[in-house]
Amino acid sequence: MKPSVQGVREGTMRVVHWLDERFGASELLGPLAKKKEVPVHKHTFWYYLGGMVLFLFILQVSTGVLLLFYYRPSAEGAYESVQFLMSDVRFGWLIRSIHAWGANLMIFMMFVHLFSVFLLKAYRKPRELTWMTGMALFGVVLGLGFTGYLLPWNTLSYFATRVGTEIPGVLPVVGHFLLTVMRGGDDVTGATLTRFYALHVSVLPGLCFLIISLHVFLVQRHGMSVPPSVARAGGPKGSVKFFPNFLLHDLMGWLAMLACLASLAAFLPAHLGTKADPFGSAPAGIKPEWYFMFMFETLKLLPSYIFGIAGDIVGIVGFGLVGALLFLVPFIDRGESRTVSRVWTAAGMAMILYIVAFTVLGYLVSGAPGT
Amino acid sequence: MSDTSAPVTRKRFVRWLLGTSVGGLVAAVLYPVTRYIIPPKVGESAASSVTLPFPPTEIAKNTGRIFKFGNKPGIILRTPNGDLRAFTAVCTHLGCTVQYRSDLSEIWCACHNGTYDLNGRNISGPPPKPLTPFDVRVRGTQIVVSRKA
Repeated sequence: MKPSVQGVREGTMRVVHWLDERFGASELLGPLAKKKEVPVHKHTFWYYLGGMVLFLFILQVSTGVLLLFYYRPSAEGAYESVQFLMSDVRFGWLIRSIHAWGANLMIFMMFVHLFSVFLLKAYRKPRELTWMTGMALFGVVLGLGFTGYLLPWNTLSYFATRVGTEIPGVLPVVGHFLLTVMRGGDDVTGATLTRFYALHVSVLPGLCFLIISLHVFLVQRHGMSVPPSVARAGGPKGSVKFFPNFLLHDLMGWLAMLACLASLAAFLPAHLGTKADPFGSAPAGIKPEWYFMFMFETLKLLPSYIFGIAGDIVGIVGFGLVGALLFLVPFIDRGESRTVSRVWTAAGMAMILYIVAFTVLGYLVSGAPGT
Repeated sequence: MSDTSAPVTRKRFVRWLLGTSVGGLVAAVLYPVTRYIIPPKVGESAASSVTLPFPPTEIAKNTGRIFKFGNKPGIILRTPNGDLRAFTAVCTHLGCTVQYRSDLSEIWCACHNGTYDLNGRNISGPPPKPLTPFDVRVRGTQIVVSRKA
């Protein structure tokens, strides 16, 4: 008795039907899948980026859990456990390299998603909270990048964390308090490592999960935003069903991304470097992760005093203000005035240019050995 | 059998192609993950002998002490007659670490009340096998314990 294809298919359908009778998923999701449509116009491409970030997040959680199987969060054991993972554990290098590359690509995709939404003015009523939850996610993900960077406990990550935690430390009044709380003491030690570990594997991912749920719910509730330029030109050409048309394209993008990540991991695997030595001196060419580079470079180029205030304080407060302004943009540009709208488009372009220019500058200046 | 003899339609061709690709993808993800989860073999301590970190004078008659033999515990004891003997300290029942009972002059496992005599033979309780004995040699103030050849 060879099971026929037909028989297997009927059996599967029966199981699916049995489960559906109990869960009622088709009643719940059926109308939702039927209703959700995606407008088609020349900017439709940008709708894929949010899904791409979500895919990378899922990938980060999965590879992150796998890394936890071997990682030991202590100043004495962290570096050695990663070394063991990279050299002895089968495919350990692959899992860690995908996690490292995935983190970089996720942050890059978030930058692109953020600025495309910004330039398409998708933050306007009724999507203010969608924008704000997105900005919050951006902050949390940068936090994940910062805390995760320290975990291998190598020289580069150790000094990057020393510098990174020093930055809030220069703020008046609260500075020292913030520094102590972040480091778990006055210096970057094993206490900092366990703190960052707790944040990286539990607090921040949990927060991410909560905010993502809210963000996706809001996107679902309000549907896709049609950019004002398209609306003025007579609206979108039409729309496609989210399920299955748009989702199929999404999946193809995800597959391409997975292939990209696997190639990057295979050809440019993550480095481990040398073990951190808290009593050693900082090596030449020390630099932060690329996504913090533009801020790092700005702080380096600021004069030590601006109008009698310490330059780095001006820089930090300045970045804080720009961040707050971005966060609140839905309440400043409500789309009532074309002039205000144009000013914000120009501001967005200026920010992108600034970030790109200072990142490139950072690598050109501090990338050379011996500088 | 009609399935295999029927001409391959374009739809079926594409379906097979996609089906095998998805299967390939799933295998390409599952294989490394499965191999990753299975831990690599950590070489069992190759050391065939250890020098104990305490002198023979520290073990009084009718007492015993646990020591590290590679990554497993061992037990060294001095019998009431004054002989030094050493065994693995891993109970042959369920792997607890045994201890020396001065009141019974026996090796005892607290987990399930198993006992071994001073030659390491299992004499009561659940242990199914005796404890493996080690060779003990005293060189001046040092005790050297080694696997029996």
